[in-house]
This record gives sequence, C-alpha cells and structure tokens, in this order.
Amino acid sequence: MALSNVVETPASGFNFENVSRNVALDGLLEGGHAKAPKPMKTGTTIAGVVCKDGVVLGADTRATSGEVVADKMCAKIHYISPNMYCCGAGTAADTEKTTDLLSSNLTIFSMTSGRNPRVVMAVNILQDMLFRYRGQIGASLILGGVDCTGNHLYTVGPYGSIDNVPYLAMGSGDLAALGILEDRFKPNMELEDAKELVRDAIHSGIMSDLGSGNNIDICVITKQGVDYIRPYQESEYKDKRQRRYKYRPGTTSILTEKIVPLELEVVQETVQRMDTA
Amino acid sequence: MERHLMDSKIKGVSTGTTILAVTFNGGVIIGSDSRASIGGYYVSSKTINKLIQVHDRIFCCIAGSLADAQAVTKAAKFQISFHSIQMESPPLVKAAASVLKELCYNNKEELQAGFITAGWDRKKGPQVYTVALGGMLLSQPFTIGGSGSTYIYGYADAKYKPDMSKEECLQFATNALALAMGRDNVSGGVAHLVVITEEGVEHVVIPGDKLPKFHDE
Repeated sequence: MALSNVVETPASGFNFENVSRNVALDGLLEGGHAKAPKPMKTGTTIAGVVCKDGVVLGADTRATSGEVVADKMCAKIHYISPNMYCCGAGTAADTEKTTDLLSSNLTIFSMTSGRNPRVVMAVNILQDMLFRYRGQIGASLILGGVDCTGNHLYTVGPYGSIDNVPYLAMGSGDLAALGILEDRFKPNMELEDAKELVRDAIHSGIMSDLGSGNNIDICVITKQGVDYIRPYQESEYKDKRQRRYKYRPGTTSILTEKIVPLELEVVQETVQRMDTA
Repeated sequence: MERHLMDSKIKGVSTGTTILAVTFNGGVIIGSDSRASIGGYYVSSKTINKLIQVHDRIFCCIAGSLADAQAVTKAAKFQISFHSIQMESPPLVKAAASVLKELCYNNKEELQAGFITAGWDRKKGPQVYTVALGGMLLSQPFTIGGSGSTYIYGYADAKYKPDMSKEECLQFATNALALAMGRDNVSGGVAHLVVITEEGVEHVVIPGDKLPKFHDE
C-alpha cells in the first residue's frame, strides 16, 4: 500500500479525508476523560507601519494552544519574496501554509517573467485564494513590501477583504497596539522612529493581551534590502532553568555489550548513467 | 479577532455604509462614506474605498460584505473591460450594471453584497442603476443604499429635484451623506464623492469635520 502512495502525486487543493476520522475520534473522546487538542492559534499582536524609506513589520512570538503556550519563539513574520514579508494572525497552520503557497507561486512567477513581484500581485493572489475558501482558512495577514511603485502595506482578512493602509495592527492584541499607532503615527516617519513605534505597539499588545507575549520580532524592508531582526527585544520575564537537563555520556552505566557483525558480500555492481542534458 | 465576530449577519468585514447616486443636468454624482466594521461595533477601517471605478466613465459603490463586494467588482471590472475591447467602444452603463447583476443573481446563495452603478455613456447620458442583494436590477434617477440609507429616505424624497445643477447636486449629496453618517453607527469617516460627466471624472473628498452640521451636533 505504502509504495503506491509514493508514486501518486497528491490531488490539488485541500484534502478532507480526515474529517470523518475526526468526527469518529470526537465521538470516542466524548465518552472518555480526554479532550481533542485545540488547533494551535497564534493569539498574537502583529503590526505594520509605512515610513519614508520603506515598511516596518513587527510581531510578538507567542503561539497558544487553548490556554497553554505552545511555542515561545514562534516566527510570525513570513518570507514571501526578497522584497516582501507577511505577518500572520489566526490559526498558525493556515498562516504558515498560505504564505508558503504564495511565496512558491511568486518565485515561479519571478523566474518565468524575469521581474520582481509587486505587492499588489501578492495581495490579489491572497484575496482570490482566501475568498474561494469562504473564511474556512483562518488567516488574517499583514502584507508589507517595497517595489518599483513604492512602499506598500496591505491587510488581508480571512474572508478575502483587502485594504491598503499606512499603518495597521491585527490579531487578538490589535486594539492595544492600534491605540499606540493611532496616537503616534505620522506620515513619512524616519526609519528609527518607525521601528520604535512598531516596537511600542507590539509591546502594548503583549502587556494587555493574554494571547500575545514573549519576544518581539521586527522586520525592516527598504529598497536596499531586508533587515529581519529576530528577536528585536527579548522578554524581561524569561524564566531561569533550575537545573541542567543534559546528561553527560556515561551517566547511565553499561552492563553488557554484544556486537554482531553483519556479513555482506557484493554480488553484483551496475552503473546507470543519469541523463543530465 | 474571533471575539469581534458576534451575531452579525455578515461574516468578516462589512461595509456598514451609506451609498448614494444622483443624476443632475449633464452628469451623475456617486457618493459614499468610508467606514468598514466588524460585528457592528468595531471599526476595522476609517478610510476604506467603496467607490470602485469599473470603467472610464462608470463607477460602482459597494455595500454588504467587503470580501464579497471586492471579489464581485474584480470579476465585473474584467468582464466590462473585455466587453468594451470586443465592442471597440466604451461600455453602456446598463451593460456594466447587468454584469454585476448576473454575478449577484447567479451566486445569490453565497454572496451578501449590493451595488449602485452610476456613469455616463453616449447613448443615454447620465444614469443610475441599483443592483440589490438578490440580483434585482433597477434604473432610477437617484438612489440611496446601505444601512445608513434608512435614515435619509425622507430627506432624499423631499429634497431631490430633477435636472439640478452640479453645485446643487453636490450640496444635496453631501447633506444626505452627512445626515446618514450622523445617525447610523456603522457609517462614518470621510465623505467620498465622484462627479462623472462627459468631460471626465472628478473626485471630491470631504473630511468628517468639514461636513455640514445639523441640529444637535
């Protein structure tokens, strides 16, 4: 059975074969004491600001699964193309896969057309895809980039709505971050001021929202290139490990050792030329 | 974000909205507010663009689910552009409105978006068409739409006159938008007005504080 899977290319689009399995599992777990694990969400505060020389994106690094922090150093700023990055809020798997898919498609486009992709193109592709899935893909994205037409920042909602804005915050901590941005945003800010503003916005989200926390990542995109600073700022509430959890070799004593050599003899040797033309 | 999605009938970002279009002597004015909301109480954008240019002299304004409206206007823009190239002449406003109507009617189960199409063409001059939620297409001398329109039916019916001048029409549209934005919580922001005539297209933006003030403001 396994061999036939290897040869088959998977069908395009989403595969819903596990839905019936999940329903059955839910039924089994209902009676018992165990509960199905909740999908990992990014909780999240993400923000973006357009400044004079480019675009600054920021994000926290906490990923939650129900009430537990599943990942303390989650990367929420995803690479799309050399001139574009995308912050994702919502279901972690959805944002990962959607941005991955977009990145692959844009790479193919750059190779065939010989041009750098424009931010509007990425936004249109995202909009078409998310609209087609009617909100089932829980990805709220902030797409920022610099191209030949200027510095752009777009928001893409899970249902496929888009908006072109100069500053933006999304995720569960968006209201707190937006407060900072609304107060201090000015058009055509200097790069350093913009970085500080985004840092403050994410910090505010981390302080006021339970789903956001840990460190702050910043990504600065300019005409010259990208500066992905991870982490820009570490959390001051890092815990100290009480003990060392690594064990020296030899901690567990070896009682007996038995070595059985496998005897192999070369029966036949063939060389097949690979056609690399 | 999920806590914002309460019992709103429209999932995701909704345009709340007040939209209108009015014909005058020689052209048509199409206008809207600029607020987008989620769940009826969170303003997700203060500056959303609801006036979408589908061709050189044809605009349409959107109401309902923002995602649905943007997707439909994208498809409509392409179809109208293609039609115009095939016919080797600018499209009729009725053709543009029909394209939107077909999309809305054939997908009425999935979509939650309404439109007002307004423009100028050589055959009939300035025209206004409404495309309602289920796909009804109606031609009127002026029309108002969106959640905020309920507050200005009286004003519009009383103050509209056929064959107004451009200035009178601008004043009428501005007043109507200001009154609706004053009473409807999901309409607000700035007032966008586009004046379409044979000569061209003129975009007028009136910031919230420059809007006319009425009783008790």
